[in-house]
Amino acid sequence: MARILIVDDSASMRNMVAATLQSAGHQIKDAADGQQAFGVAKGESFDAVITDLNMPVMNGIELVRNLRTLPNYKYTPILLLTTESSMDKKSEGKSAGATGWLVKPFNPEKLLATVNKVLG
Amino acid sequence: MTIDLKQFYQVFFEESYEGLDVMEQGLLEISKSGTDDPELINTIFRSAHSIKGGAGTLGFPEIVSFTHVLETLLDEVRDGARSLTNESIDLLLKSCDALRDMFQSLEQEQPIDDTVSKELLAAFEQMLSQPSATGETAAGEAAGSDAGLSSQDSALEQTFFPTGDAADGSAGSDAGGDKIWLIGFKPEPQILLTGNEPLRIFRELEELGSLDVEANVEVVPAFDQISVDECFVSWTLRLDGSVDRDDIESAFDWVMDECELNIERVDAHATSDDASANESAEIEVTAASDGTDEPTPAVAEPQAAPEPATVSVAEAPAAPAAKPSGTLAAKAPAAKSESGGMSSSAGGSIRVGIDKVDNLINLVGELVITQSMLSELGNNFDMDKLERLANGLEQLQQNTRELQESVMRIRMLPISFTFNRFPRMIRDLSMKTGKKVDLVLSGEQTELDKTVMEQIGDPLVHLVRNAIDHGLEMPEERAAAGKDETGKIQLNAEHRGGNIVIEITDDGRGIDPDKILAKAREKGLVAPEQELTVPEIYDLIFEPGFSTAASVSDISGRGVGMDVVRRNIKSLGGRIEIESELGKGSTIRVHLPLTLAILDGQLVRVGKEVFIIPLVAIVESLQIKAELVNRVSGNMVLYRLREDNVPIVPIYKEFNIEADNQELENALLVVVEGDGNKIGLLVDDLLAQQQVVIKSLESNYRRVEGISGATILGDGSVSLILDIQGLITRASRNRRKSHSSRAA
Amino acid sequence: MNALVEVPDVASKDHGDLSLEGIDFISDGDQYLTFCLEHEHYGVDILSVTEIRGWEAPTLIPNSPEHVCGVINLRGVIVPILDLRLKFQIGEPVYNPTTVVIVLTVKTERDHCTMGFVVDAVSDVLNAEAQDIKPAPSFGGMVDGRYIQGLVNVGSDVVTILNVEQLLSLTEEEDFDE
Repeated sequence: MARILIVDDSASMRNMVAATLQSAGHQIKDAADGQQAFGVAKGESFDAVITDLNMPVMNGIELVRNLRTLPNYKYTPILLLTTESSMDKKSEGKSAGATGWLVKPFNPEKLLATVNKVLG
Repeated sequence: MTIDLKQFYQVFFEESYEGLDVMEQGLLEISKSGTDDPELINTIFRSAHSIKGGAGTLGFPEIVSFTHVLETLLDEVRDGARSLTNESIDLLLKSCDALRDMFQSLEQEQPIDDTVSKELLAAFEQMLSQPSATGETAAGEAAGSDAGLSSQDSALEQTFFPTGDAADGSAGSDAGGDKIWLIGFKPEPQILLTGNEPLRIFRELEELGSLDVEANVEVVPAFDQISVDECFVSWTLRLDGSVDRDDIESAFDWVMDECELNIERVDAHATSDDASANESAEIEVTAASDGTDEPTPAVAEPQAAPEPATVSVAEAPAAPAAKPSGTLAAKAPAAKSESGGMSSSAGGSIRVGIDKVDNLINLVGELVITQSMLSELGNNFDMDKLERLANGLEQLQQNTRELQESVMRIRMLPISFTFNRFPRMIRDLSMKTGKKVDLVLSGEQTELDKTVMEQIGDPLVHLVRNAIDHGLEMPEERAAAGKDETGKIQLNAEHRGGNIVIEITDDGRGIDPDKILAKAREKGLVAPEQELTVPEIYDLIFEPGFSTAASVSDISGRGVGMDVVRRNIKSLGGRIEIESELGKGSTIRVHLPLTLAILDGQLVRVGKEVFIIPLVAIVESLQIKAELVNRVSGNMVLYRLREDNVPIVPIYKEFNIEADNQELENALLVVVEGDGNKIGLLVDDLLAQQQVVIKSLESNYRRVEGISGATILGDGSVSLILDIQGLITRASRNRRKSHSSRAA
Repeated sequence: MNALVEVPDVASKDHGDLSLEGIDFISDGDQYLTFCLEHEHYGVDILSVTEIRGWEAPTLIPNSPEHVCGVINLRGVIVPILDLRLKFQIGEPVYNPTTVVIVLTVKTERDHCTMGFVVDAVSDVLNAEAQDIKPAPSFGGMVDGRYIQGLVNVGSDVVTILNVEQLLSLTEEEDFDE
């Protein structure tokens, strides 16, 4: 059982990811943009963070960069929710410190497998 | 795995509708200001992107392929490779409509009609294949986007519906059969800083086949120079199983840029380019199958410094994999029952602001305090405490009223939900008619019951169309009249008393009462000698069969007339009025009740039964004077009310119940009006007037003719609410019936 | 309302292959609440019973069929009350202190539907397994076959198990059309 933070500006995407992970017994918190997520992340610790890239206020890349400055999040797996079209975003995300990515759209099995992979 | 995606549909649909509204508003904003505000473009892009992402995950391929093209176009705009022309904005706006239709079909589980979307797609492709409007980026961009589009379909097939882990094109290579791979993996020192843990990768490989891991620690710096953040170990891995190169590479996918990776196949059936290595490889295989656990030194990493540490993870493999799947199975039923619960609650949801909920909680808190105060008072009550009891009851009444208002407010939404569709509509109409229109919205935050809002949308659209079509003049005409070429339409909403008032004002030519009267006479709606006041003349516009436009135009004449508008508004318990000044413009004012859940009612008694007549329908209540009663054509009884002859409808007869009084002389008559027709309801007694909460009769029973619902009175008993329109229809039908039966 | 009243016990006469054991929730098979209409015994699936209430005069619904007594306020919900004796044409309804109303709820596709049924008295809870429920003979009787799920022998008596879904959908039947 891990604590996972989900960040996406789309409520249905958050719902889907959350429900899938909850079904595997994980504890979920969510946030609608990077800034909100950063606020949540500062106050507590998570075993993994899953974030969308394009969000209002603070985007996913900035969030990753900011999270990596927090001592608690130095090694925390951070996954980017990306689409197939944004390959350059992937490398940008990586250099900001993201662990890996989840390609949208995903099916629940794939999501769980990937998350379990990073949780180890 | 049994996560039922259906449980997410409703949220996704609602979010998508909102997203489409955001796109539309953004596009209109851009079209109005004429600048490609990057933040605005990004917002629009994000909406399209979210819709595509959700649709892909939930399995709506039609939406995915359609939004993909929108996204492509918007992406080019975002990157500055293309600017939004009026033409492309048009196309994008139409796409919002098309998507809305598609979502509606999905919501109703109907097949998607793709004729419109196909046309739009074709137009988009044409647009994308053209060099972009910004000129300088022309050729290269165009080629790029062209290629993007042509390969789009097949790409979609593959990426959007991954059928599992094996969907990555490995099917082409020689499937099945054990292979042996040697993998040299040398991560860059900072790899740990992205949260990538080599062990994680090894575990993943382990699931593919049997894995031997050998760590090479010869480059690890001296102890005092070790930084915990850096990784100095490299590994040699030997993977044994029916595994393809792609599978291995995908395990290293996230660290590809941050390591030296060397993947080599060393078994007997190694591909032809390794032919020379064949023989030696064969030997290795034999050696391995002998069971000797000796690491294969095929990778040129000599055993230099300390002992190569052979880490065998072979005992552990099943553990991490089996654990999650076990929990999954256990959790699956829970997820399923949850979705079952959700589907039954489908049928619309409301987003409620936290402040409204907090307010409600506060009020409930107050109610609890009042309740405990009263119950304590009741425990040892004596007459000295009478005044405190009276105060407590008053407080309770106050709490109840506030609570009721608060609960009602939950159903209230700002009218901007309806107003927001007008900017788009006006843009379309202005293009179609060639009239220049400026729209001014005010009072968008005025709140209105959700149900009323849903039903007022279409009538308002009609009224706004009318204002543009009939009200506003062409630019030349306006200029000639000394007006600004651009006409102005104002939409305003505000609360007035217990009502909401919506005004639609134009500064057009105004309504000419003489023309209307002439037209009405011509149509036989008004007798030649009949004199009418100006408001009465305006009212004629709402008569069935009246239309001022010389020809029924495409815009306002869509089969519905002003008579339908008025009927709809009346059925909501509202009314409509017109003010106009020739040459200056007109104002149409719609009064609506704030909610449909509460009604002001007049309680009436017939025999032992108490019924409720909606106050809004009552014209007047009177005592019958015998000399004003006329019996005509057999059993029809009319009452002379000034110029009108109102049919008398005894409720006891309609409903087959006992009444105290069946005589007309001095009996009580409640004259009610519905859709322009009046009838007089005969009742035994007029009781109180009060607000009642409308309860459905249909949820557990069925519709009853002449009854619109039920309510619970102060004493807990049920009372039925009369459906005036239904009673009028019923009465006129019965009259016809008796007519025709007599005729036969 | 205090509604559960003493009634002649159909089970006490004889114990055959089945027994009426009073309320016993730890048992196999399904449980049925039995009640009587005149001298006949009927049962409904106990899971659909939401409450049993005493008789109170309902508010009349205009132009409704005879067996629809009217509607009552059940904690803020408007619930129709139907008289099963009239519906099944078993004797004349008498409303006295032992007359009770069994409130039944079934889930339909869109919602759930709740109705109250006036019966002479509630008898007992019957345990019956699926194989104990025999199909009803196709002929005779005043009760329309579609309302009957089957018959269960209890000693020398026969309990007619009613199909609750059909019972609650009866307001939509043709007997309502004028």
